[in-house]
Amino acid sequence: MYKYVLKRLLMLIPVILGVSFLVFFIMSLAPGDPARTILGETAPIESVMALREELGLNDPVIVRYVNYMADLLHGDLGESYKTGQPVISEILSRFPATLTLAFWGMLFAVVLSIPIGIISATKQYSIMDRVSMVFALLGVATPNFWLGLMLIIGFSLNLKWFPSGGNDGWSSLVLPVITLGTGCMASITRITRSSMLEVIRQDYIRTAKAKGVNKKAVIYKHALKNALIPVVTVVGLQFGSLLGGAVLTESVFSWPGVGTFLVNSIKAQDTPAVLGCVIVFCICFSIVNLVVDILYAYIDPRIKSKYK
Amino acid sequence: MAKTTTVQKKRSMASEIWRRLRRDKLAMLGLAILVILALMAIFADVIADYDTKVITQNISNRLQEPSLEHWCGTDEFGRDIFARLVHGSRVSLVVGLVSVTISLVLGGTLGSIAGYYGGKVDNVIMRIMDIFLAVPSILLAMTIVAALGTSLFNVMLAIGISGIPGYARIIRASVMSIKDQEFVEASRAIGAKSPTTIFREILPNCLAPIIVQATLSVASAILSTASLSFIGLGVQPPDPEWGAMLSGGRNYLRDALHLTLFPGLAIVITILALNLLGDGLRDALDPRLKQ
Repeated sequence: MYKYVLKRLLMLIPVILGVSFLVFFIMSLAPGDPARTILGETAPIESVMALREELGLNDPVIVRYVNYMADLLHGDLGESYKTGQPVISEILSRFPATLTLAFWGMLFAVVLSIPIGIISATKQYSIMDRVSMVFALLGVATPNFWLGLMLIIGFSLNLKWFPSGGNDGWSSLVLPVITLGTGCMASITRITRSSMLEVIRQDYIRTAKAKGVNKKAVIYKHALKNALIPVVTVVGLQFGSLLGGAVLTESVFSWPGVGTFLVNSIKAQDTPAVLGCVIVFCICFSIVNLVVDILYAYIDPRIKSKYK
Repeated sequence: MAKTTTVQKKRSMASEIWRRLRRDKLAMLGLAILVILALMAIFADVIADYDTKVITQNISNRLQEPSLEHWCGTDEFGRDIFARLVHGSRVSLVVGLVSVTISLVLGGTLGSIAGYYGGKVDNVIMRIMDIFLAVPSILLAMTIVAALGTSLFNVMLAIGISGIPGYARIIRASVMSIKDQEFVEASRAIGAKSPTTIFREILPNCLAPIIVQATLSVASAILSTASLSFIGLGVQPPDPEWGAMLSGGRNYLRDALHLTLFPGLAIVITILALNLLGDGLRDALDPRLKQ
């Protein structure tokens, strides 16, 4: 198991290097002169040239990337063109808000979707199954930013139960969490149902039932663990869309997180801030994928045994 | 004679798939909605004039509730929302189709090469794809738009590029499962070059997963476009795009619900239709999955 975790950890390094290069390369294609953006349109050309030299903008992309990575290893993501503050501190000050939103969003999705998926599968074609599948289909098709706006109209402007924006206590978390978690919940419900349906038709489940094992024990002890493997895969993959969704959800609810910062930075052509945000999101996504892979080994002993 | 038999076989396979699809009521509902949407997109100019109803502002008519004259009401600039939705369907379908074509052509080529040649070529291509997959697709699209600027073409390119790794993976897996079959070996044995073998023998036999993936990808491309436009990084006003229309309606949530309600419903219905058709196609192309 140790070996497995270590191997997966080592595999993270080339992925992070590759992702950072990809994002760095894409951002280097951005038109316009960052030195001009910082100094303003009226700045003399000499000052612009001097700043370009100072920022290393005259170097080839690969040299700039190596320098950027060297700084990144020291926790330096450069300075924001817009605020002049270190990007890392800008991101760190907003990161807890995004993490809170993503954590509760995922928890909301997982806690609701897995039981609904199990009930749908065990009571296939019942009213409960049909209703939950209609909701799951609608959940997958509904853009989270539109759902957010509809929730604001219903629960904030009309019923006045929750605030329509900001980050001020648990009540301000409710609507963004539902907005963010609904799409994931729908996907996980669908995969849990289909995975459970596949497992409960297996011979060993029939054997367990024939032996007279309690129905609940058959579902929760025998079937669920085997049905969880594709569910865990989807949960991991959904985390990626959750991060993307967080950017939109934060935008709808004026949530003071990294997503809002990213959108504002893109609009302001603040390249170091955009680069920093995307890299931080990608590192989070890679870490979640690593956790998912470790969970596989926990759920499926065949994976663990390969590395013994 | 042999050619006639092959044509008959292909035709009977297509009709068998169509027969299975026809039995799936939800898939047929999805297909019907998509046909209506496509007709709306094609005949958008006949339904509502672009210049007078979609673009030209008429402040005296602003924020009108839905009525017989304006089925979905008017927006903050007095423009007819139904007309903008109809023309918006054109934008959404074009973005969906073009970006999926970009993903399919580039991802398909890379996946075919990786799957067919295997070894180091496969390793290099798939490791690069892994890097792309490590960036959530909407974030990758945002980064590309941030670098290239906001325009309809850049949005299509960004969404197309972010879809490449998904296609590369699927097509690689399909090619790998087919490349050692006898008819492929026979093609090589009679001296066909690798590209000919890939494009004429292997890829036509991988169509099932490609069709399903393409249908579902059009849905996610439309959703991504709406998302980018919603945060101001996609199609720019005054061009009609559903996400951009939603974004414009945000300031009028209290007074004019119809500004956000109808564009949102248009997105939901379109995505739902594509998902229903995609699920139906998957079951029709591989009935084992349904069982």
